[in-house]
Amino acid sequence: MTVLAQQLLLGLLIGGLYGLAAAGLSLIFGVMRVLNVAHGELIMLGGYGAFWLSALLGVDPFASLVIVIPASLLLGAVLYWGLFGFVVRAHEETRVKNSLLIGFGLALALHALAVRLWTADERSIPTSYGGAVLSLGDLAIPLVRLATLVLALLLIVALQLLLSRWRWGKAIRATAEDWQAALLTGIDIRRAYLLAFALGTALAGAAGTLVTVAYSVSPSIGLEWTLKALIVVVLAGLGSMMGTFVGGLVLGVAEAASAATFGGPYREIVGLVIFVVVLAVRPRGLFGR
Amino acid sequence: MLEISGLESGYGDVRVLSGVTLSIAPGEIVALLGPNGAGKSTLLNCVAGLVRPWGGAIRWDGDDLRALDAHLIVERGVALVPEGRRLFGGMTVQENLELGAFAPRVWGGRRAALERVYALFPVLAERRRTAVQALSGGQQQMVAVGRALMARPRLLMLDEPSLGLAPRLVAAILEALAAINREGVAVFLVEQNVPAALSVAHRGYLLEGGRIVGEGSGAALMADAHVRRAYLGPLAVRHGE
Repeated sequence: MTVLAQQLLLGLLIGGLYGLAAAGLSLIFGVMRVLNVAHGELIMLGGYGAFWLSALLGVDPFASLVIVIPASLLLGAVLYWGLFGFVVRAHEETRVKNSLLIGFGLALALHALAVRLWTADERSIPTSYGGAVLSLGDLAIPLVRLATLVLALLLIVALQLLLSRWRWGKAIRATAEDWQAALLTGIDIRRAYLLAFALGTALAGAAGTLVTVAYSVSPSIGLEWTLKALIVVVLAGLGSMMGTFVGGLVLGVAEAASAATFGGPYREIVGLVIFVVVLAVRPRGLFGR
Repeated sequence: MLEISGLESGYGDVRVLSGVTLSIAPGEIVALLGPNGAGKSTLLNCVAGLVRPWGGAIRWDGDDLRALDAHLIVERGVALVPEGRRLFGGMTVQENLELGAFAPRVWGGRRAALERVYALFPVLAERRRTAVQALSGGQQQMVAVGRALMARPRLLMLDEPSLGLAPRLVAAILEALAAINREGVAVFLVEQNVPAALSVAHRGYLLEGGRIVGEGSGAALMADAHVRRAYLGPLAVRHGE
Protein backbone atom coordinates (compact mmCIF):
# COMPACT_ATOMS: atom_id res chain seq x y z
CA MET A 1 0.00 0.00 0.00
CA THR A 2 2.79 2.38 0.97
CA VAL A 3 4.69 1.37 -2.14
CA LEU A 4 1.71 2.24 -4.31
CA ALA A 5 1.19 5.57 -2.52
CA GLN A 6 4.87 6.37 -2.96
CA GLN A 7 4.68 5.62 -6.68
CA LEU A 8 1.54 7.70 -7.13
CA LEU A 9 3.23 10.57 -5.29
CA LEU A 10 6.22 10.45 -7.63
CA GLY A 11 3.79 10.35 -10.55
CA LEU A 12 2.08 13.47 -9.21
CA LEU A 13 5.44 15.24 -8.91
CA ILE A 14 6.46 14.56 -12.51
CA GLY A 15 2.90 15.39 -13.59
CA GLY A 16 3.53 19.02 -12.68
CA LEU A 17 6.26 19.11 -15.31
CA TYR A 18 3.97 17.41 -17.85
CA GLY A 19 1.51 20.23 -17.17
CA LEU A 20 4.16 22.93 -17.61
CA ALA A 21 5.46 21.32 -20.79
CA ALA A 22 1.92 21.10 -22.17
CA ALA A 23 1.03 24.70 -21.27
CA GLY A 24 3.49 26.08 -23.83
CA LEU A 25 2.30 23.72 -26.56
CA SER A 26 -1.33 24.50 -25.72
CA LEU A 27 -0.79 28.26 -25.81
CA ILE A 28 0.89 28.11 -29.22
CA PHE A 29 -1.68 25.71 -30.69
CA GLY A 30 -4.63 27.58 -29.20
CA VAL A 31 -3.58 30.94 -30.54
CA MET A 32 -1.85 30.13 -33.83
CA ARG A 33 -3.46 26.77 -34.77
CA VAL A 34 0.12 25.64 -35.28
CA LEU A 35 1.36 22.36 -33.81
CA ASN A 36 4.99 22.73 -32.86
CA VAL A 37 6.27 19.15 -32.76
CA ALA A 38 9.72 20.52 -31.90
CA HIS A 39 8.35 21.61 -28.50
CA GLY A 40 10.16 18.72 -26.80
CA GLU A 41 13.43 19.77 -28.42
CA LEU A 42 12.91 23.30 -27.06
CA ILE A 43 12.48 21.67 -23.62
CA MET A 44 15.74 19.80 -24.27
CA LEU A 45 17.51 23.07 -25.13
CA GLY A 46 16.23 24.68 -21.92
CA GLY A 47 17.60 21.69 -20.02
CA TYR A 48 21.04 22.09 -21.58
CA GLY A 49 20.92 25.80 -20.81
CA ALA A 50 20.51 25.03 -17.12
CA PHE A 51 23.12 22.24 -17.30
CA TRP A 52 25.83 24.42 -18.86
CA LEU A 53 25.06 27.41 -16.64
CA SER A 54 25.65 25.11 -13.70
CA ALA A 55 28.63 23.22 -15.13
CA LEU A 56 30.52 26.22 -16.52
CA LEU A 57 29.48 29.12 -14.32
CA GLY A 58 28.31 27.34 -11.21
CA VAL A 59 24.85 28.88 -11.38
CA ASP A 60 22.32 27.13 -9.13
CA PRO A 61 19.91 25.26 -11.42
CA PHE A 62 16.81 26.87 -9.91
CA ALA A 63 18.40 30.33 -10.17
CA SER A 64 19.26 29.62 -13.81
CA LEU A 65 15.52 30.00 -14.60
CA VAL A 66 16.14 33.75 -14.41
CA ILE A 67 18.45 33.42 -17.42
CA VAL A 68 16.86 30.47 -19.24
CA ILE A 69 13.36 31.98 -19.37
CA PRO A 70 14.35 35.29 -21.05
CA ALA A 71 16.76 33.46 -23.35
CA SER A 72 13.99 31.05 -24.40
CA LEU A 73 11.63 33.98 -24.92
CA LEU A 74 14.17 35.45 -27.33
CA LEU A 75 14.73 32.09 -29.03
CA GLY A 76 10.96 31.80 -29.50
CA ALA A 77 10.84 35.22 -31.15
CA VAL A 78 13.71 34.27 -33.47
CA LEU A 79 12.03 30.96 -34.40
CA TYR A 80 8.80 32.83 -35.12
CA TRP A 81 10.52 35.35 -37.37
CA GLY A 82 12.61 32.73 -39.11
CA LEU A 83 10.20 29.79 -39.42
CA PHE A 84 6.73 29.75 -37.91
CA GLY A 85 5.77 33.28 -38.95
CA PHE A 86 5.54 32.04 -42.53
CA VAL A 87 3.08 29.31 -41.56
CA VAL A 88 0.46 31.67 -40.14
CA ARG A 89 0.25 33.45 -43.49
CA ALA A 90 -1.12 30.21 -44.92
CA HIS A 91 -4.83 29.46 -44.86
CA GLU A 92 -6.08 28.09 -41.54
CA GLU A 93 -6.64 24.53 -42.81
CA THR A 94 -3.14 24.19 -44.26
CA ARG A 95 -1.43 25.64 -41.19
CA VAL A 96 -1.23 22.46 -39.12
CA LYS A 97 0.19 20.48 -42.05
CA ASN A 98 2.84 23.11 -42.78
CA SER A 99 3.70 23.51 -39.11
CA LEU A 100 4.20 19.74 -38.81
CA LEU A 101 6.74 19.79 -41.62
CA ILE A 102 8.61 22.74 -40.14
CA GLY A 103 8.37 21.29 -36.63
CA PHE A 104 9.74 17.87 -37.59
CA GLY A 105 12.56 19.52 -39.53
CA LEU A 106 13.41 21.75 -36.58
CA ALA A 107 13.23 18.80 -34.17
CA LEU A 108 15.65 16.73 -36.28
CA ALA A 109 18.02 19.67 -36.68
CA LEU A 110 18.05 20.55 -32.98
CA HIS A 111 18.52 16.91 -32.00
CA ALA A 112 21.46 16.47 -34.38
CA LEU A 113 22.95 19.77 -33.26
CA ALA A 114 22.70 18.80 -29.59
CA VAL A 115 24.40 15.43 -30.22
CA ARG A 116 27.14 17.16 -32.22
CA LEU A 117 27.78 19.88 -29.65
CA TRP A 118 27.21 18.08 -26.41
CA THR A 119 27.41 14.32 -27.26
CA ALA A 120 24.53 11.89 -26.71
CA ASP A 121 25.40 11.45 -23.03
CA GLU A 122 22.73 11.82 -20.40
CA ARG A 123 23.48 14.76 -18.11
CA SER A 124 22.17 15.74 -14.72
CA ILE A 125 23.00 18.57 -12.36
CA PRO A 126 24.52 17.56 -9.03
CA THR A 127 23.51 19.87 -6.16
CA SER A 128 24.25 19.89 -2.45
CA TYR A 129 20.53 19.57 -1.69
CA GLY A 130 19.84 16.95 -4.37
CA GLY A 131 19.32 14.07 -1.96
CA ALA A 132 17.14 15.93 0.56
CA VAL A 133 13.91 14.13 1.39
CA LEU A 134 10.83 15.25 3.27
CA SER A 135 9.31 12.42 5.26
CA LEU A 136 5.54 12.33 5.55
CA GLY A 137 4.59 9.25 7.54
CA ASP A 138 5.85 6.36 5.45
CA LEU A 139 6.14 8.51 2.34
CA ALA A 140 9.40 10.08 1.23
CA ILE A 141 9.05 13.27 -0.80
CA PRO A 142 12.21 14.23 -2.73
CA LEU A 143 12.55 17.95 -2.04
CA VAL A 144 13.91 18.90 -5.45
CA ARG A 145 11.02 17.24 -7.25
CA LEU A 146 8.56 18.90 -4.87
CA ALA A 147 10.20 22.24 -5.66
CA THR A 148 9.80 21.64 -9.41
CA LEU A 149 6.09 20.95 -8.91
CA VAL A 150 5.64 24.15 -6.90
CA LEU A 151 7.62 26.21 -9.42
CA ALA A 152 5.65 24.73 -12.31
CA LEU A 153 2.43 25.74 -10.57
CA LEU A 154 3.76 29.26 -9.90
CA LEU A 155 4.74 29.66 -13.56
CA ILE A 156 1.27 28.57 -14.67
CA VAL A 157 -0.33 31.06 -12.26
CA ALA A 158 1.99 33.79 -13.58
CA LEU A 159 1.00 32.91 -17.15
CA GLN A 160 -2.67 32.97 -16.20
CA LEU A 161 -2.25 36.44 -14.68
CA LEU A 162 -0.37 37.65 -17.74
CA LEU A 163 -3.15 36.44 -20.04
CA SER A 164 -5.94 37.94 -17.93
CA ARG A 165 -4.40 41.28 -16.88
CA TRP A 166 -1.87 42.40 -19.48
CA ARG A 167 -3.21 44.33 -22.47
CA TRP A 168 -1.44 42.02 -24.93
CA GLY A 169 -2.39 39.02 -22.82
CA LYS A 170 -6.02 39.85 -23.48
CA ALA A 171 -5.15 40.32 -27.15
CA ILE A 172 -3.63 36.83 -27.21
CA ARG A 173 -6.82 35.35 -25.71
CA ALA A 174 -9.00 37.30 -28.14
CA THR A 175 -6.91 36.10 -31.09
CA ALA A 176 -7.21 32.50 -29.85
CA GLU A 177 -11.01 32.81 -29.68
CA ASP A 178 -11.63 34.51 -33.02
CA TRP A 179 -8.75 36.01 -34.99
CA GLN A 180 -11.00 37.91 -37.39
CA ALA A 181 -12.92 39.54 -34.56
CA ALA A 182 -9.56 40.33 -32.96
CA LEU A 183 -8.47 42.11 -36.14
CA LEU A 184 -11.71 44.09 -36.12
CA THR A 185 -10.99 45.38 -32.62
CA GLY A 186 -7.66 46.72 -33.85
CA ILE A 187 -5.39 43.93 -32.59
CA ASP A 188 -2.26 43.31 -34.66
CA ILE A 189 -2.72 39.53 -34.66
CA ARG A 190 0.77 38.89 -36.07
CA ARG A 191 2.18 40.42 -32.94
CA ALA A 192 -0.21 38.33 -30.81
CA TYR A 193 1.10 35.24 -32.64
CA LEU A 194 4.70 36.30 -32.03
CA LEU A 195 4.08 36.87 -28.33
CA ALA A 196 2.22 33.57 -27.93
CA PHE A 197 5.01 31.68 -29.64
CA ALA A 198 7.71 33.39 -27.58
CA LEU A 199 5.79 32.77 -24.33
CA GLY A 200 5.22 29.13 -25.29
CA THR A 201 8.93 28.70 -25.96
CA ALA A 202 9.79 30.36 -22.65
CA LEU A 203 7.53 27.84 -20.89
CA ALA A 204 9.35 25.03 -22.72
CA GLY A 205 12.70 26.42 -21.57
CA ALA A 206 11.50 26.63 -17.98
CA ALA A 207 10.14 23.09 -18.16
CA GLY A 208 13.47 21.87 -19.54
CA THR A 209 15.35 23.47 -16.68
CA LEU A 210 13.12 21.82 -14.09
CA VAL A 211 13.31 18.45 -15.87
CA THR A 212 17.09 18.59 -15.79
CA VAL A 213 17.22 19.57 -12.12
CA ALA A 214 14.90 16.81 -10.97
CA TYR A 215 15.76 14.14 -13.54
CA SER A 216 18.24 14.45 -16.43
CA VAL A 217 18.65 15.72 -19.97
CA SER A 218 20.01 14.18 -23.17
CA PRO A 219 19.58 15.15 -26.83
CA SER A 220 16.97 12.45 -27.34
CA ILE A 221 14.40 13.47 -24.67
CA GLY A 222 12.58 15.76 -27.11
CA LEU A 223 10.17 13.34 -28.75
CA GLU A 224 9.10 11.86 -25.43
CA TRP A 225 8.26 15.32 -24.04
CA THR A 226 6.46 16.38 -27.20
CA LEU A 227 4.28 13.27 -26.87
CA LYS A 228 3.58 13.84 -23.17
CA ALA A 229 2.69 17.46 -23.85
CA LEU A 230 0.45 16.48 -26.75
CA ILE A 231 -1.38 13.88 -24.64
CA VAL A 232 -1.96 16.46 -21.90
CA VAL A 233 -3.22 19.06 -24.39
CA VAL A 234 -5.70 16.53 -25.80
CA LEU A 235 -6.70 15.41 -22.29
CA ALA A 236 -7.17 18.91 -20.87
CA GLY A 237 -8.45 20.71 -23.96
CA LEU A 238 -7.67 24.25 -25.04
CA GLY A 239 -8.43 27.51 -23.31
CA SER A 240 -7.49 26.98 -19.66
CA MET A 241 -3.88 26.98 -18.51
CA MET A 242 -4.84 25.75 -15.03
CA GLY A 243 -6.82 22.96 -16.70
CA THR A 244 -3.70 22.00 -18.64
CA PHE A 245 -1.70 21.87 -15.42
CA VAL A 246 -4.30 19.60 -13.81
CA GLY A 247 -4.24 17.48 -16.97
CA GLY A 248 -0.50 17.05 -16.48
CA LEU A 249 -1.01 15.89 -12.90
CA VAL A 250 -3.66 13.41 -14.06
CA LEU A 251 -1.29 11.95 -16.66
CA GLY A 252 1.54 11.68 -14.12
CA VAL A 253 -0.62 9.84 -11.61
CA ALA A 254 -2.22 7.65 -14.28
CA GLU A 255 1.22 6.61 -15.54
CA ALA A 256 2.33 5.72 -12.04
CA ALA A 257 -0.85 3.75 -11.38
CA SER A 258 -0.46 1.87 -14.63
CA ALA A 259 3.18 1.07 -13.90
CA ALA A 260 2.27 -0.12 -10.40
CA THR A 261 -0.61 -2.28 -11.63
CA PHE A 262 0.75 -3.78 -14.84
CA GLY A 263 4.50 -3.32 -14.41
CA GLY A 264 7.03 -0.70 -15.49
CA PRO A 265 6.85 -1.22 -19.27
CA TYR A 266 3.18 -0.20 -19.21
CA ARG A 267 3.92 3.29 -17.89
CA GLU A 268 3.99 4.76 -21.39
CA ILE A 269 0.93 2.91 -22.65
CA VAL A 270 -1.57 4.66 -20.43
CA GLY A 271 -0.91 8.05 -22.04
CA LEU A 272 -1.72 6.69 -25.48
CA VAL A 273 -4.85 5.00 -24.13
CA ILE A 274 -5.93 8.34 -22.60
CA PHE A 275 -5.19 10.02 -25.94
CA VAL A 276 -7.45 7.67 -27.89
CA VAL A 277 -10.22 7.52 -25.29
CA VAL A 278 -10.45 11.30 -24.89
CA LEU A 279 -10.53 11.84 -28.66
CA ALA A 280 -13.31 9.25 -28.96
CA VAL A 281 -15.43 10.27 -25.97
CA ARG A 282 -14.77 13.94 -25.31
CA PRO A 283 -12.79 15.49 -28.17
CA ARG A 284 -12.70 18.96 -26.65
CA GLY A 285 -10.93 17.59 -23.55
CA LEU A 286 -11.76 17.73 -19.85
CA PHE A 287 -11.58 21.50 -19.49
CA GLY A 288 -11.81 22.61 -23.11
CA ARG A 289 -14.27 25.20 -24.32
CA MET B 1 -15.20 60.45 -46.83
CA LEU B 2 -15.48 56.82 -48.06
CA GLU B 3 -15.22 56.43 -51.83
CA ILE B 4 -15.50 52.96 -53.32
CA SER B 5 -15.00 52.71 -57.06
CA GLY B 6 -15.01 49.73 -59.41
CA LEU B 7 -14.56 47.33 -56.51
CA GLU B 8 -14.16 43.68 -57.49
CA SER B 9 -13.72 40.79 -55.12
CA GLY B 10 -14.63 37.20 -54.39
CA TYR B 11 -13.49 33.96 -52.82
CA GLY B 12 -11.20 31.57 -54.67
CA ASP B 13 -12.49 31.48 -58.26
CA VAL B 14 -15.93 32.76 -57.37
CA ARG B 15 -16.53 36.40 -58.22
CA VAL B 16 -18.85 38.14 -55.75
CA LEU B 17 -18.45 41.85 -56.46
CA SER B 18 -18.16 43.14 -60.03
CA GLY B 19 -17.45 46.85 -60.17
CA VAL B 20 -19.18 48.34 -57.15
CA THR B 21 -19.08 52.12 -56.88
CA LEU B 22 -20.56 54.02 -53.97
CA SER B 23 -19.71 56.75 -51.49
CA ILE B 24 -20.54 57.79 -47.95
CA ALA B 25 -20.30 61.37 -46.71
CA PRO B 26 -19.56 62.44 -43.11
CA GLY B 27 -22.58 62.15 -40.82
CA GLU B 28 -24.69 60.08 -43.21
CA ILE B 29 -26.65 56.91 -42.53
CA VAL B 30 -26.46 54.79 -45.67
CA ALA B 31 -28.27 51.47 -46.05
CA LEU B 32 -27.05 48.69 -48.32
CA LEU B 33 -29.93 46.47 -49.39
CA GLY B 34 -29.97 43.33 -51.44
CA PRO B 35 -30.91 39.66 -51.48
CA ASN B 36 -28.86 36.90 -49.90
CA GLY B 37 -25.66 36.26 -51.80
CA ALA B 38 -25.63 39.69 -53.44
CA GLY B 39 -22.24 40.43 -51.88
CA LYS B 40 -23.25 42.81 -49.09
CA SER B 41 -21.08 41.16 -46.43
CA THR B 42 -18.20 40.82 -48.87
CA LEU B 43 -18.39 44.55 -49.54
CA LEU B 44 -18.21 45.43 -45.83
CA ASN B 45 -15.43 42.90 -45.25
CA CYS B 46 -13.43 44.43 -48.11
CA VAL B 47 -13.67 47.87 -46.53
CA ALA B 48 -12.74 46.44 -43.10
CA GLY B 49 -9.74 44.62 -44.59
CA LEU B 50 -10.88 41.06 -43.87
CA VAL B 51 -11.38 40.21 -47.56
CA ARG B 52 -8.85 41.22 -50.22
CA PRO B 53 -10.27 43.18 -53.17
CA TRP B 54 -9.34 41.90 -56.62
CA GLY B 55 -9.52 45.32 -58.20
CA GLY B 56 -10.91 48.83 -57.88
CA ALA B 57 -10.26 51.29 -55.11
CA ILE B 58 -11.44 51.90 -51.54
CA ARG B 59 -10.53 55.45 -50.59
CA TRP B 60 -10.85 56.80 -47.06
CA ASP B 61 -10.05 60.49 -46.75
CA GLY B 62 -8.22 60.03 -50.04
CA ASP B 63 -5.97 57.16 -48.83
CA ASP B 64 -6.27 53.68 -50.32
CA LEU B 65 -7.42 51.26 -47.61
CA ARG B 66 -6.55 48.24 -49.76
CA ALA B 67 -2.90 48.52 -48.74
CA LEU B 68 -3.70 48.39 -45.01
CA ASP B 69 -4.10 45.41 -42.69
CA ALA B 70 -7.45 45.20 -40.92
CA HIS B 71 -6.17 46.39 -37.55
CA LEU B 72 -4.75 49.54 -39.16
CA ILE B 73 -8.11 50.30 -40.79
CA VAL B 74 -9.67 50.34 -37.30
CA GLU B 75 -6.89 52.70 -36.26
CA ARG B 76 -7.98 55.03 -39.10
CA GLY B 77 -11.50 55.24 -37.69
CA VAL B 78 -13.48 52.63 -39.63
CA ALA B 79 -15.15 49.98 -37.44
CA LEU B 80 -17.24 46.95 -38.43
CA VAL B 81 -19.87 45.13 -36.38
CA PRO B 82 -19.58 41.74 -38.10
CA GLU B 83 -22.41 39.41 -39.03
CA GLY B 84 -23.20 37.06 -36.14
CA ARG B 85 -21.64 39.54 -33.66
CA ARG B 86 -18.40 37.50 -33.21
CA LEU B 87 -17.97 38.41 -29.54
CA PHE B 88 -15.25 36.86 -27.36
CA GLY B 89 -17.58 34.41 -25.63
CA GLY B 90 -15.31 33.46 -22.75
CA MET B 91 -14.85 37.07 -21.66
CA THR B 92 -17.02 39.48 -19.74
CA VAL B 93 -19.02 42.35 -21.21
CA GLN B 94 -16.43 44.86 -20.00
CA GLU B 95 -13.47 42.83 -21.34
CA ASN B 96 -15.13 42.65 -24.76
CA LEU B 97 -15.76 46.38 -24.75
CA GLU B 98 -12.25 47.27 -23.59
CA LEU B 99 -10.73 45.16 -26.35
CA GLY B 100 -12.71 47.33 -28.76
CA ALA B 101 -10.42 50.20 -27.75
CA PHE B 102 -7.24 48.23 -28.51
CA ALA B 103 -6.11 50.54 -31.30
CA PRO B 104 -3.30 52.80 -29.99
CA ARG B 105 -5.22 55.95 -31.03
CA VAL B 106 -8.03 55.20 -28.56
CA TRP B 107 -6.51 52.95 -25.85
CA GLY B 108 -5.69 55.86 -23.55
CA GLY B 109 -9.27 57.15 -23.68
CA ARG B 110 -10.95 53.80 -23.11
CA ARG B 111 -12.43 54.74 -19.69
CA ALA B 112 -14.35 57.68 -21.17
CA ALA B 113 -15.38 55.60 -24.18
CA LEU B 114 -16.65 52.87 -21.86
CA GLU B 115 -18.83 55.37 -19.98
CA ARG B 116 -20.29 56.59 -23.29
CA VAL B 117 -21.18 53.04 -24.31
CA TYR B 118 -22.74 52.38 -20.90
CA ALA B 119 -24.73 55.61 -21.23
CA LEU B 120 -25.99 54.43 -24.62
CA PHE B 121 -26.82 50.90 -23.38
CA PRO B 122 -27.47 51.16 -19.60
CA VAL B 123 -28.32 47.45 -19.39
CA LEU B 124 -24.71 46.62 -20.27
CA ALA B 125 -23.45 48.65 -17.30
CA GLU B 126 -25.51 46.44 -15.00
CA ARG B 127 -24.06 43.31 -16.59
CA ARG B 128 -20.47 44.44 -17.05
CA ARG B 129 -19.04 41.48 -15.10
CA THR B 130 -21.20 38.89 -16.88
CA ALA B 131 -19.70 36.55 -19.48
CA VAL B 132 -21.18 37.56 -22.85
CA GLN B 133 -22.27 33.96 -23.45
CA ALA B 134 -24.85 34.40 -20.70
CA LEU B 135 -26.48 37.45 -22.34
CA SER B 136 -29.61 37.47 -24.49
CA GLY B 137 -29.25 37.94 -28.25
CA GLY B 138 -30.27 41.59 -28.03
CA GLN B 139 -27.79 42.35 -25.28
CA GLN B 140 -25.06 40.56 -27.22
CA GLN B 141 -25.82 42.77 -30.21
CA MET B 142 -25.50 45.80 -27.94
CA VAL B 143 -22.06 44.56 -26.84
CA ALA B 144 -21.10 44.09 -30.49
CA VAL B 145 -22.15 47.64 -31.38
CA GLY B 146 -20.53 48.94 -28.19
CA ARG B 147 -17.26 47.15 -28.93
CA ALA B 148 -17.10 48.80 -32.36
CA LEU B 149 -17.92 52.21 -30.82
CA MET B 150 -15.03 51.82 -28.36
CA ALA B 151 -12.70 52.38 -31.33
CA ARG B 152 -14.24 55.91 -31.63
CA PRO B 153 -14.97 55.37 -35.34
CA ARG B 154 -15.96 58.08 -37.79
CA LEU B 155 -17.61 55.37 -39.88
CA LEU B 156 -19.52 52.55 -38.20
CA MET B 157 -20.39 49.62 -40.46
CA LEU B 158 -22.95 47.03 -39.34
CA ASP B 159 -23.63 43.67 -40.99
CA GLU B 160 -27.20 42.51 -40.30
CA PRO B 161 -27.49 43.82 -36.73
CA SER B 162 -31.19 42.86 -36.51
CA LEU B 163 -30.63 39.20 -37.44
CA GLY B 164 -32.52 36.93 -35.05
CA LEU B 165 -33.76 39.75 -32.83
CA ALA B 166 -37.34 40.43 -31.72
CA PRO B 167 -38.93 43.55 -33.29
CA ARG B 168 -38.72 45.45 -30.00
CA LEU B 169 -34.96 44.86 -29.86
CA VAL B 170 -34.52 45.77 -33.53
CA ALA B 171 -36.14 49.10 -32.73
CA ALA B 172 -33.81 49.60 -29.76
CA ILE B 173 -30.73 48.92 -31.88
CA LEU B 174 -31.91 51.28 -34.64
CA GLU B 175 -32.66 53.96 -32.06
CA ALA B 176 -29.12 53.58 -30.74
CA LEU B 177 -27.75 53.91 -34.28
CA ALA B 178 -29.68 57.15 -34.76
CA ALA B 179 -28.26 58.45 -31.44
CA ILE B 180 -24.72 57.47 -32.47
CA ASN B 181 -25.24 59.20 -35.79
CA ARG B 182 -26.41 62.41 -34.09
CA GLU B 183 -22.96 62.58 -32.49
CA GLY B 184 -21.46 62.81 -35.97
CA VAL B 185 -20.62 59.16 -36.72
CA ALA B 186 -21.46 58.04 -40.24
CA VAL B 187 -23.28 54.69 -40.40
CA PHE B 188 -23.14 52.10 -43.19
CA LEU B 189 -25.88 49.56 -42.56
CA VAL B 190 -26.41 46.20 -44.25
CA GLU B 191 -29.90 44.91 -43.47
CA GLN B 192 -32.33 42.24 -44.56
CA ASN B 193 -35.04 44.07 -42.69
CA VAL B 194 -35.65 46.68 -45.38
CA PRO B 195 -38.39 48.79 -43.75
CA ALA B 196 -36.33 48.98 -40.56
CA ALA B 197 -33.19 50.01 -42.43
CA LEU B 198 -34.95 52.61 -44.55
CA SER B 199 -36.70 54.07 -41.51
CA VAL B 200 -33.36 55.40 -40.25
CA ALA B 201 -31.24 55.69 -43.43
CA HIS B 202 -30.75 58.96 -45.27
CA ARG B 203 -29.81 57.14 -48.44
CA GLY B 204 -29.62 53.59 -49.69
CA TYR B 205 -28.02 51.45 -52.37
CA LEU B 206 -29.39 48.28 -53.94
CA LEU B 207 -26.82 45.54 -54.49
CA GLU B 208 -27.83 42.61 -56.68
CA GLY B 209 -25.53 39.99 -58.17
CA GLY B 210 -22.47 41.94 -57.12
CA ARG B 211 -23.57 45.17 -58.86
CA ILE B 212 -25.20 48.37 -57.63
CA VAL B 213 -28.57 48.40 -59.40
CA GLY B 214 -30.17 51.37 -57.72
CA GLU B 215 -29.73 54.15 -55.25
CA GLY B 216 -31.78 56.90 -53.72
CA SER B 217 -33.04 58.52 -50.57
CA GLY B 218 -34.65 56.34 -47.94
CA ALA B 219 -38.12 57.57 -48.80
CA ALA B 220 -37.58 57.19 -52.56
CA LEU B 221 -36.36 53.60 -52.18
CA MET B 222 -39.27 52.80 -49.89
CA ALA B 223 -41.66 53.96 -52.61
CA ASP B 224 -39.76 52.27 -55.45
CA ALA B 225 -41.84 49.56 -57.14
CA HIS B 226 -38.86 47.24 -57.65
CA VAL B 227 -37.82 47.52 -54.01
CA ARG B 228 -41.37 46.86 -52.87
CA ARG B 229 -41.75 43.83 -55.10
CA ALA B 230 -38.32 42.34 -54.35
CA TYR B 231 -37.87 43.11 -50.66
CA LEU B 232 -41.22 43.90 -49.12
CA GLY B 233 -43.24 41.07 -50.65
CA PRO B 234 -46.46 40.94 -52.70
CA LEU B 235 -48.57 42.11 -49.78
CA ALA B 236 -46.77 45.44 -49.62
CA VAL B 237 -47.11 45.87 -53.38
CA ARG B 238 -50.83 45.31 -53.25
CA HIS B 239 -51.25 47.77 -50.41
CA GLY B 240 -49.03 50.29 -52.11
CA GLU B 241 -50.67 50.28 -55.50
